[in-house]
Amino acid sequence: MNAEEMYQEVILEHYRSPRNFGVLDSPTMRVRDSNPACGDVVEVMINLGKDKKIEEIKFCGKGCAISQAAASMLTEFLKGKDIKVVKEVTKEDVLGMLGIELSGIRLKCALLSLKVVKVAAYAYLGQEAEHDYA
Amino acid sequence: MARSYDVERVREDFPILKRKVHGKLLVYLDSAATSMKPAVVIKTIEDFYKTSNANIHRGLHTLSEEATKEYEDARRRVAAFINADAKETIFVRNATEGINLVGRSFVASRVKKGDVILLTEMEHHSNIVPWQMLAEEKGGELKFVPIDEEGSLDLKKAKELLAQKPSFFSFAHVSNVLGTVNPVKELIKMAHEFKVPVLVDACQSVPHRRVDVKELECDFLVFSGHKMCGPSGIGVLFGKRELLEKMSPFLGGGDMIKEVSYQRFTANDLPWKFEAGTPNIEGAVGLGAAVEYLEKIGMERIERHERKITEYALRKLSKVRGVKIVGPKDGKARGGVISFNLGDMHSHDVTTVLDEDGVAVRSGHHCAQPLMDRLGIVSAGRMSFYVYTTKKEIDVAIKSLERARRIFKI
Repeated sequence: MNAEEMYQEVILEHYRSPRNFGVLDSPTMRVRDSNPACGDVVEVMINLGKDKKIEEIKFCGKGCAISQAAASMLTEFLKGKDIKVVKEVTKEDVLGMLGIELSGIRLKCALLSLKVVKVAAYAYLGQEAEHDYA
Repeated sequence: MARSYDVERVREDFPILKRKVHGKLLVYLDSAATSMKPAVVIKTIEDFYKTSNANIHRGLHTLSEEATKEYEDARRRVAAFINADAKETIFVRNATEGINLVGRSFVASRVKKGDVILLTEMEHHSNIVPWQMLAEEKGGELKFVPIDEEGSLDLKKAKELLAQKPSFFSFAHVSNVLGTVNPVKELIKMAHEFKVPVLVDACQSVPHRRVDVKELECDFLVFSGHKMCGPSGIGVLFGKRELLEKMSPFLGGGDMIKEVSYQRFTANDLPWKFEAGTPNIEGAVGLGAAVEYLEKIGMERIERHERKITEYALRKLSKVRGVKIVGPKDGKARGGVISFNLGDMHSHDVTTVLDEDGVAVRSGHHCAQPLMDRLGIVSAGRMSFYVYTTKKEIDVAIKSLERARRIFKI
């Protein structure tokens, strides 16, 4: 996959106008992680409703178009869903949202936000994360 | 009379420059991260293993004597390169280790609670983190000489901060992000007026220009071998003899001792006092060959060549729509590094496109996150040049940047 194919309109659009970008005051969950190899940072905040549904989700951070578009798309996907859904989201799902193939170091960019929401959800559910997702 | 610089001939010395990346001829613009190695350095290391491999400073057999001679010859060559004495030239793993050594063996005993270690806002992590660790342990504090919008040090402020008599002053000769060449001699003089000892991080200067430690009168100076055609895992700490003599050893082990009993040891003479354990022998020998190689081209000619390339690249880069250059706009005031951003894109996205065209540039925070924050940018791409960089390569990179601009719709 070359750069022309990787940087599709939709990725650039999410990068330039990210959904759910911002902060929540006193959220139910708040997790931040970074990728030391490239300096990408993603912080996710989640407020749960009474029925354990993700009522509000926001992210902030900095990084490449891939990492920020992935965070935008993932938070958009998760909003309104049960917190347990987070456990089932896979790396393939995120790549599917982005609509591209990635490998190596750029894969870590794409999966940083997934790692962050997994850490948040598993900690909330009182369970150990089963995999290292990024 | 200056000989003309035949860059194509220089390139023939570097086997790796013939390789292709994604089907395109490699354009290597990341020499500030690490330089490529000439065949003569590779061969010297290979020959050492094939003919003289043995441990040094121990045993009297022929190979051990030969290996010791090669190691110490390399030291003398490297010492002469920066106009130091061999006894003041200590082999370490890299500049980072040199900084840590000075921190532990010289600065630590001088810092008390509330004391200040002075750095600058343009330092990279290796000249920040060791001092943070030390300051935390001793209850000391770090202060930073500020930079202006063009990325030059505020010398008036430097003087004010030095007048407050910090315990130590450590700063880069040439910034690895901004390219700024600091007025190193002036800064050292200023520090010494207030009796503040100084370490110069010369990682981005010793490989590219003549550096003379006697002329600078620096107390300590560090650099890494791998950025100057040498192998990785070998670096140099220069220290003034009278200071090194008074310092206690850094790491303990073999080679740094004279005599050992079960209860105590006596430290070896300089420079071995600071070289514990079997050192990177072939690394030192390789660095010796690298220095000889650079001397053969001539440091003045290298500096001139790089300045030409830098000025050319600055001119070309500034014509690309959406490119913002970080640091001094004047090529004469810079080392051979240019950091830049393209529109609102992150440098990783930009360098992904460049890589596809075979162009290797650094991206990210350049191990200088605090400086990035200070400049108000998330990251930057960085082109850096060396003895083998051509104008043609700059043209390839610029063409690739234009392609990136189209992809990112800037």
